[in-house]
Amino acid sequence: MNDALDVALRLLVVFVVFLTFPLIVGQTEHKVMAHMQGRLGPMYAGGFHGWAQLIADGVKFAQKEDVVPAGADRRIFQLAPAVALLPYLLVLLAIPIGPSEGAVGEVIDAGVFFVLAVMGVGVLGSLMAGWASANKFSLLGGLRTAAQLLAYELPMLLAAASVAMAAGTVSLPGILDAFEWWWLPWQIVGAIVFFVAGLAELQRPPFDMPVADSEIIFGAYTEYTGLRFALFLLAEYAGIIVLCGLTTVLFLGGWHGPWGADGLGWVWTLLKTAVLAFLVIWLRVTYPRLREDQLQKLSWTLLVPLSLAQIALTGIVKVVIQ
Amino acid sequence: MTLAQAPHGFLSPTGVEIAFLLVGLVTFGAALVTVTTRQLVHAALWLVVTLGGLAVEYLLLTAEFIAWVQVLIYVGSVVVLLLFGLMLTRAPIGRSPDADSGNRWAALTVAVAAAAALVWVVVDAFRTTWIDLDGPAAGSTKVTGASLFQNWVLPFEALSVLLLAALVGAIVLSRKAKAETSSPPVNSQATTESSPSVPDARKIPAEQEGAR
Repeated sequence: MNDALDVALRLLVVFVVFLTFPLIVGQTEHKVMAHMQGRLGPMYAGGFHGWAQLIADGVKFAQKEDVVPAGADRRIFQLAPAVALLPYLLVLLAIPIGPSEGAVGEVIDAGVFFVLAVMGVGVLGSLMAGWASANKFSLLGGLRTAAQLLAYELPMLLAAASVAMAAGTVSLPGILDAFEWWWLPWQIVGAIVFFVAGLAELQRPPFDMPVADSEIIFGAYTEYTGLRFALFLLAEYAGIIVLCGLTTVLFLGGWHGPWGADGLGWVWTLLKTAVLAFLVIWLRVTYPRLREDQLQKLSWTLLVPLSLAQIALTGIVKVVIQ
Repeated sequence: MTLAQAPHGFLSPTGVEIAFLLVGLVTFGAALVTVTTRQLVHAALWLVVTLGGLAVEYLLLTAEFIAWVQVLIYVGSVVVLLLFGLMLTRAPIGRSPDADSGNRWAALTVAVAAAAALVWVVVDAFRTTWIDLDGPAAGSTKVTGASLFQNWVLPFEALSVLLLAALVGAIVLSRKAKAETSSPPVNSQATTESSPSVPDARKIPAEQEGAR
């Protein structure tokens, strides 16, 4: 009985994190983008600096009519948002936030493989949405999504493999246990490759070619309204949390910090994740959208060779220090 | 894995065995729908269910690493590539009347023969072997890696050479096709027959000769 309670509690905590953290990131994005552009952003909803803006947005989405286009493949169209969202919930289960046994939803032996595999499944949601909408813009968006995923999955995997080689394990808590501070400069190239490839996989600007609003309206999500559209948006922000959390765990040492690693490890994890999330928002405001050919070129001619070089470096250093 | 000392009864299955059978049935059903559905993209999506079901079977057999690799490679990459190809070429919503190849019975024969051969080999190889699900995981990453790089290094390396050959072959083929399309003299003979503009270009010198 106690075990069941423990599992239920963990699932509940992960679920609450899954529902609240993306909203926090979304609200931060509203405010940070506004201030970077010399605006104020939302100021009215909830009173204090518009803190309840996204809750108001959620209520608005829930009230809207759920439209399915007449020519659409009804069942797949309706299933797509769930396929896009659920993988991130599963990945969140496996990310450790503190040093103790209780600070992770579920310890998974092949954690790195699990998170990358399940994150890749999320893209199927965008593909299904793009195809089932019976809309040319949606189909184009779906195609671009698939092309982007195929290009950026490889450097992401290679960068993660480099860390796994360094730690000698593919378990996420195991990687954190093996972490030393000098891994930071050692794995920095891999970290950048992983983060950039992850951004591309989430289709965040400057890699938002699949939803480029000035040419294909909103890509695969063009035909979606109401709650289903909100679920896609939630998937994007949950993806930001997952990507930043994973980069923190794999490359930035997770709960390790200059001090207070015993009781306050989780604060370090959250702090690093938050800084990375801010970086994601900052990049969105800073850089213009990459063209499709530039996107592919960046991945195949820059990120893949860089990640291979990182793996070679990791191997050499690993052999030398043994 | 241990050899069975006590006979394992089929009439008192454990929860894991029941789950294994049920997932197996779902996987089998999804596989059947994959090859029988008339809607191309639905077939690809049912393939996702089939491959995902296989991953769950691996998980139930405690082969965790293999399960995640299955999801990563097949669901995450192969099916995405398949869908990409379908969307790029032909993916109508609704039925595709030309999705049937007419080789239905030949395909069925080959499939049944292949399945029978595989089932026979697996049953013959693992007849009396039972996996102890209560003990330490028999398929953890560590165990899999150790057996792969100690007992099975040669097949592993042979496979990687095979994949490398396939990769090089793909590059050679794509470069060859590109060279043919970009250099007109190679196949200009074929295009002159069909395209209407080229015969005009031929006629012009003839008319000029006639004018002289």
